[in-house]
Order: sequence, then structure tokens, then C-alpha cells
Amino acid sequence: MYLKTIKVGLASCGIAAGASKVFDYLESNLPKEKTKLMKTGCIGMCFKEPLVEINDETGTFIYGSVDVKKAERIVKEHILQGNPIKEWIVYSSTFETEESKYLKKQHRILLKNSGKIDPENINSYLEAGGYKGLEKAVAMTPADVILEIEKAGLRGRGGAGFPTHIKWKLTREAHGTPKYIICNADEGDPGAFMDRSVLESDPHSVLEGMAIAAYAIGAEKGYVYIRAEYPLAIKRLRIAIEQARKKGFLGKGIFNGNFTFDVEIREGAGAFVCGEETALMASIEGHRGMPRFKPPFPAQKGLWGKPTCINNVETLAAAARILSEGADVFSSCGTEKSKGTKIFALAGKVKRGGLIEVPMGTTIREIVFDIGGGISTQKAFKAVQTGGPSGGCIPASMADITVDYEALKSAGAIMGSGGLIVMDEDTCMVDVARFFLKFTTSESCGKCTFCRIGTYQMLKILDRICSGQGEPGDLERLQDLGEKIIKGSLCGLGQTAPNPVLTTLKYFREEYEAHVYEKRCPAGKCIELIEYRISAEKCIGCGLCAKKCPANAVEGEKNHPYRINIKKCIKCGICSETCRFDAVETVSKGMPAGLNGGEGSSWRQ
Amino acid sequence: MEEKRAASVKIEDKIDSIVKRHADKRGAAIPILQDIQKELGYIPKFALYRISQLTGINSSDLFGIVTFYSQFRLKPIGEVLIQVCHGTACHLAGADEIASALCRAAGITEGETGPDGKITVEKVACLGCCSLAPVITVNGETHGRMTQEKAKELIKEIKKMPRD
Repeated sequence: MYLKTIKVGLASCGIAAGASKVFDYLESNLPKEKTKLMKTGCIGMCFKEPLVEINDETGTFIYGSVDVKKAERIVKEHILQGNPIKEWIVYSSTFETEESKYLKKQHRILLKNSGKIDPENINSYLEAGGYKGLEKAVAMTPADVILEIEKAGLRGRGGAGFPTHIKWKLTREAHGTPKYIICNADEGDPGAFMDRSVLESDPHSVLEGMAIAAYAIGAEKGYVYIRAEYPLAIKRLRIAIEQARKKGFLGKGIFNGNFTFDVEIREGAGAFVCGEETALMASIEGHRGMPRFKPPFPAQKGLWGKPTCINNVETLAAAARILSEGADVFSSCGTEKSKGTKIFALAGKVKRGGLIEVPMGTTIREIVFDIGGGISTQKAFKAVQTGGPSGGCIPASMADITVDYEALKSAGAIMGSGGLIVMDEDTCMVDVARFFLKFTTSESCGKCTFCRIGTYQMLKILDRICSGQGEPGDLERLQDLGEKIIKGSLCGLGQTAPNPVLTTLKYFREEYEAHVYEKRCPAGKCIELIEYRISAEKCIGCGLCAKKCPANAVEGEKNHPYRINIKKCIKCGICSETCRFDAVETVSKGMPAGLNGGEGSSWRQ
Repeated sequence: MEEKRAASVKIEDKIDSIVKRHADKRGAAIPILQDIQKELGYIPKFALYRISQLTGINSSDLFGIVTFYSQFRLKPIGEVLIQVCHGTACHLAGADEIASALCRAAGITEGETGPDGKITVEKVACLGCCSLAPVITVNGETHGRMTQEKAKELIKEIKKMPRD
């Protein structure tokens, strides 16, 4: 009898969706002599978590949305009797599924091992060709290693896109010892989870990349600065470091040469600004994470005044692949100036959200529709937001823009670390801008006046606009403040904080104007500008909403249409969430019943 | 009184051993504070003075660190800590409504612990489980695809739990 390998995706998303229970069930119910059960990381199809993959001589089958009950039938019918349950399979190597389009347009170089290997077992990484890149690197001269990275055209994946080989070269040439390599895993952008997934699914690739970088720049010590909010990534990284030390990939005399290197983990304590390199180093040194003036650049005077190179998780993982598989693997795809692939965390109002890797130069439209399957709600596609609080919103009309550093920048957005949030017509762009500004305002370290006070004033204006107190001149004030904050701030946080406001002002100005001049929120999101109503035609009088209302604001009697008492309503929206007949409508505040009713998007003229 | 003193002595021992563990580390202030919070759930003020005595780092610098980083708390939290993710995807999916529903059901305000010391609800930055938005964690365990209804049920269940 042949052997079946069964893998369960056990990254954070999978576990949150209940994958551990499925794993436990399989562990005690699989026929041990015929099957091999494996833990793996993120399989990538987050929208169908928990995922279980079955591999045997007939092919690969991935089951989606698996719970214990489904697992029971999968064991019985597929594993024991050999009959795949087609309706639950989201991907198969033997037949087409709707969901398989999700994987088709992707090009997985960095995520090659993700969801394939056991992240807690170094042998699993070695079987997949792990540490071959480091082995090759230490047989080359450091200059040749840097040349290989240059040939690949690798640019920093943390957002700004600085050529990696230049960073390495500068640190290599800088005077002073010891030198340090730092892996920036302080993925603070709300809506981004690429680094978490890579660390949870393939932690050794990051360690290997760090070791290669250390060899190239002449460092013996490395730090991984990782968010404390990622406990599983930290745990797996710790395991990986231990295993790598035991096998001799970290420590003294790596690959029997003179190269010595070791890694220490530092947990970030929750400050977004620490993603900025000088702030990050201040934090490792044990201070408040506040950026300082550059130059001197970290390559000259970094951690504890010594030459330091800081690279993002994805950049280091890419370096490991480039060394093991050659620069061509990377440089053969992408655009002229942006080589290789980029991982995006696709989320928001999209049908198939998850971790995706696409060649640079793919269009936003391809990502949202071909990979993401389009909008998850009944509403129209409105915009995508890239780069988190430092990025901008790109309207649906510009969806043919390609993802590369230059194209996104010209649209006013940035590549950023890779968060890609899809928005539909129910999303209020003023509210989105306010959300990001609230974030940057509270995360500003306070060093620069424009960033500290300017963002606060912009937020006050946006608060006013969202609550119907906007005044003529507010939009011009936002623009003016935004431009000044960009000029008057020292680090990337302040220099990019106004972007979400400035891009939405540029592309969605009419929405701002509706808030300011007409005191209405076209998307029906800003609480102080809306009211809930029950449509007398649609309401069948079931009374469910009245039962669920926490404020007892729904009044009426069974079998007759109910009404909402506006004086009592706290606008939590539970009535609209519970109604099965779409009878609860969001309308502009103060509108007479029946007028302008219905769904947010229909108000747009 | 005696008991209280005994408890605080025990806490001091804990703090001492944590500081000792990081003795040969450069820039150890943050890891020390993190370990103390892991152990005690928060950072009592006297811990700052104790660390200062042991390490020579100014207590004002330590206070500066504790108030700069959002991870640190100077007040104890409830038995059950509920963190509501406020990342972008969760915001779009209604994180504010989930937080309000939790607070409403628990009878507390955000960031505060009720007088019974049972539940604390706090906002956190992105937890990185965007495809399961809106997401919350309950004592570190992640719950995805939350609704206001589920939030209400969850609080009900927690309230029913026997106290330790």
C-alpha cells in the first residue's frame, strides 16, 4: 500500500479558524501505517482555512474549511477508500476548481516552502534544499555574494525599495567592528501579515538569508526585531535558531570555515515607528524608539555606533533563494526596475483573501479579480489601499496600474511592505483616511512638531467632517497641513502619514464634499450622519431585530412592520445584521422616510 | 497585612531573578520589562525602582520606556483579557462595533477593568489575521469572523466561568 502524506496548515490564521482541533482529530484517527501526518505553515488560501492537504500517487488535493466533522468524512472516504470528496476540494492537481485560479496567477519563489514543509523541523527545510544558499555563499568571496544579489536586482521589501546590494556593500566597506545585521520583522502596518506568515511557515529561510547577509557584510552577530503581537512566529523562530545551532548553520565555523555567526531575538514592544531603522536600533539599545537624523546612515554608525545593515524579512528570505537557486530565478520575472516577485497580504472585501506572491508588474485588477475572485459583497469595487498608513488609496478606475515601486509611487501610493486592502462601495473613504490618521497620530513618536501636532490637527478636522461639523475651507486646510507635514518630518512615518488623506482627497473629493457641504455619508458608514430605518414593505414583523436590539429601540408588535425609535437607537447596526429580509436600511440623517432610502451606494448621483 | 507583605516580597524575588537572567545582555531594559509583565500581567511602579537599583538604568528612563511602548501597562488587568484587533481589514469589517458590543455586554468601558476584576477589553494594533476579520483574542487565543452576537455570547460564557 502506498503512503499518503497529510498536511494541516497551522499558521496563526489556520489555528484561529480551528485547525488545531482538526490536527488533533487526524492524529488520533489516521491509520498510522498508511499515512504520514505533518504540521505545516500557511498554505496561502486563508479564505478557506482550516486547510488540509492530501498527497499521494494520484495527486495533490487541498480541502478547505475543514472542521472535525468534515475531517471524519475525509478520513473515511478519501483516505481509507480512496474517493476524494470533490465538493470540498479547493485545489487539486488532477482537476480544475473555481478556487484554483487563486494559485494559478501566482508565482511562488519566496513562498515555495510555505505550506509545504514543517516549519518546526529543520530536516524538512533541508530536504527542500535548505541552507544550500549559505553553503554556496561561504564558498564564494563576500564581494561575489553581493554581486549575485546585484545581478538579481533585489530591492528592499520593507517598502522603500532601496537596492539591497548597495546597503550590503556600504556596510561591508564601512570602518569599525563588530558589524551587525538586523532583520526587521516589526511588521506594524495594519493589514499586513506577510512577514508573520513567512516566519511562521519558513523561518529557516530568514535565518539563512541573515547568515548570508552577515557573511557578505562581515558581521558575526544578528538581531531579529519582531513584534510581540506575533507569538507563534517568535516561537517558531526560537525553535529554528536552536535547531540551526545544533546542525552547525549558526555558531562557530559554519560549513567548516572561518565564518562565525549567531542570532538573538528582540521582541518589539508595540511601537509602529520602530519599523524605521534608526528608531528600531534605539529600541534594541534599550531606549524609546525615536528616529534620529541621517546621516550618519546605519551602514556607517548603526547599532551601538557600529556599522549595521537592516533588512526586511522578505528581503532576507529572497537573498536565501537567490543564492541557492541563482540570480536568474529572481531577475527573470518582474519589470525593468522592479525585479522578482512580491508577497502581498490580500484582505478586505475580496472573495479570496490570503497570502499571495505575484511577479512585479502584475496589475491591481489581476490581483483583485483573477486571484482574489472579485468583491465579496454585492457591492461594486471601489478602491484598493496599499502600503498601510504610509500608503494611499488607488481608485477602481486606475486598477490597471501595475505593482512596481515606481508606478505605485506615481499614483501617490507606495508599495509599502505589502498590505493590500480591497474596498467596496460600502467603504467610506473619509472614514478610511481618518482611520489611518488616527493610527499615525497615536504612533507619532513626538519628536518633530509637524508630525506630532500636524497629524493631530488633521485628525481633528477629519473627526469634524465625519460627524457632520465640517466647514468650508476644511479640505484646503487638510491639503495644506498634509503637504507641510511631509516636508517638516524627519522620518518615514511623518513623511508618509498624510498620504491616505492626500490620495483620497485627490481621487474621492466628491465624497469629502458630500460630508462637508451636504452633511451626508454616501457610503452610509459615518455613524453621526446616518440613521437606521425599517422598510414597512420589506418587514414581515418577525420581531427578531426587536429581540436582539441592545437599546430596546425597535418598537412594534409581531406580524406588523416594526419601527426604530431614533431617540433610543445607539446605531450599533445589530438590527441590520440580524434581519433576514434586508428590511433595515441605512439612510441619511434627517431624511423623510422613503426618500433616499436603501443602500448606501444607490445615493451616489 | 502580613500576607500582603509576603506577597510583595515574593514579587520582588521574581523581579530580581528576571533582572539577573538578563544580566549580560546589552540594552536589556525592554526585555526585562517584558518578562516582568509576562510574569505579573502588568508593571507595578515599584518594579521600576527595583530594576533601577539593580541595573543602574535611571527609573525615569524606565518610566519613559513603559509609557512609550503600547505593550506595557502600569495597571493590573482582569482575569480575562480580550484584545480587539483594529487593523485595516478588521476596521472595515466592523471592529468598532465588536468592541462596543463586548464592552456593552461586560458593562465596562474600553481599556478599563470592571470592579470585579474579571474582564478587560482593549484595542490593539493589527494582529495579522486579516482574512478572518474582525478578529479578537481572548487570553491569547484568537477568535475570527466575529459578530456582535458572538461577542455577546462570549461575554456571557466568561461571566459564567468560576473564578480561580
